[in-house]
Amino acid sequence: MKVISLRLALQAAVLALVFSAAGRADEIGAAAFSKSELQAKLEYCKTCHGLSGQGYRGYFPMPRLAGQQPKYLENQLRAFIERRRTNPVMFNVAHALSPSMVAALAAHFRELDPNPIGGAPKEYLALGKTIFEEGLPEANVPACSACHGPEAKGRDEIPRLAGQLFPYTVKVLMNWGKERGLGSAKDTSAIMVPTTHNLTQLQIDAIAAYVSRLK
Amino acid sequence: MKLITSKMAILAVVFSAAGPLLADESAPIPVRNCTWCHGPSAQGFSTAPRLAGQRDQYIENQLLSFRSHIRDNPYSKQYMWPAVTNLSPQTAHDLATYLSLLPPKAAGDGNRELAAVGRMIYELGSPESNIASCLVCHGPNAEGVREIPRLGGLAYSYLKSRLEQWGEGFHAAAGPMPRIASKLSPNDIEALASYLSFVEYESFE
Repeated sequence: MKVISLRLALQAAVLALVFSAAGRADEIGAAAFSKSELQAKLEYCKTCHGLSGQGYRGYFPMPRLAGQQPKYLENQLRAFIERRRTNPVMFNVAHALSPSMVAALAAHFRELDPNPIGGAPKEYLALGKTIFEEGLPEANVPACSACHGPEAKGRDEIPRLAGQLFPYTVKVLMNWGKERGLGSAKDTSAIMVPTTHNLTQLQIDAIAAYVSRLK
Repeated sequence: MKLITSKMAILAVVFSAAGPLLADESAPIPVRNCTWCHGPSAQGFSTAPRLAGQRDQYIENQLLSFRSHIRDNPYSKQYMWPAVTNLSPQTAHDLATYLSLLPPKAAGDGNRELAAVGRMIYELGSPESNIASCLVCHGPNAEGVREIPRLGGLAYSYLKSRLEQWGEGFHAAAGPMPRIASKLSPNDIEALASYLSFVEYESFE
C-alpha cells in the first residue's frame, strides 16, 4: 500500500514537473515570433502550397493544406523531423519551425476553404465513391469513410482528403511504407500499409479522383 | 528512329506552315526569324535564351504571353512583342513542338565556385529566410515539366537577369515566381544562375 502510494506520488510529481515545463516552453514559444514573421512564414508556405492553400502542381504535386486538420499537420511536420516521413525538402522546412509557429500556421490553414483545383480524370468517379463509402470487402480494403469521415474531412491526426490534388493522393497511396510510417510502429500512418496494399492502380486512381472533387 | 521520324514530320509541318507565309511577302517567316536571336540550332545567346529542349507547353505559353503583353521584360517588349504579332496560335503550337525536340547543350558559363551554393539553394531553398526550394517545381535535374520551364543549362546572364527582373516587378502576373524571386539576395541569384548554367541535359529524352 505504502509502496503504491509512494509510486503514485512520484508519478504525480513527475507529471507535474513535465506539465509545468511544457507550459513554460509554450509561453516562450508564443512570444518567439511577431505578426510579421508569421505573415512571412505563411507566404512562404503558400509559395508552394498555393495562395489559398489549394495546392499546386509543380514537378511534384504540392498537397492542399486548406481545411486540413491541425493535428494532422502538426504530426506530419514532426514526422519529417523524426524521419518517420522522408522528404528532404520538408525536413528542412519543418526544422525551421517552432512548435508555436506550427500551431499558428495549422490554425490559419484550417480556416481556408478554396475550391478544389480539379484536373482529375472523370472516368472512375462512381468506383471511387463506392470504395470510399463501402470499401472492397473481398479484397480486405475497409471503407475510407470509416476513418476519414463521410465527407472526407478527416479528424485529429487523420487527414482531410476532400479537395486533395489527384496526383498527390495517387502518389501517397502507391508509396505507403516507402515514404511514410517509417521508424516507429506507433506512427498512425502505419495502418495505411495493410489498408492499401491490395489496391490496384485503377482503384487508386478512382479513389484519388473521387476525393479530389469533394468540397 | 521513331523520334527522328516524328521530328522530321514536325519539321515538315513547321516548314509547310512557313510555306504559305513565304508567298505573302508582308508576313514574317517564323523559323528564320527565331534564328536571328536564338541561333540556327536554337541554342540561344547570352541574352536570348536557348529554346532547344525547352518544354513545349512553356514555349507556347510564353509566345501567348508576349502577344498579350503579360511578359513585359525589357527585351521581351523590344524584340518579342513585335516578333509574335503575326504568329497564329497553330504556328505557335507547331514551333513549340519543334523547338522542344531539338537537342540542347548546357551553356556552362557561370561561376564554378558558386555552383555548390547555388545547388543547395536550388534543391532545398533556405527555410530560415523563407526561400522556397526550386526543385519541387522545376524538377531534380532542372528539367521542367508541362508549362514549367527547363532551367538546366540556360545561359548565366539570362538566368540572372530573369531572376533580378522578377524582383523588379517585370512579368508580375506570372505567379508564383515574382514572390519567390523577390526573396533572393544578389548573392543567391548569382549562385543559382551559376549552378543552373552547368546542369547538363542528362534526362533529356
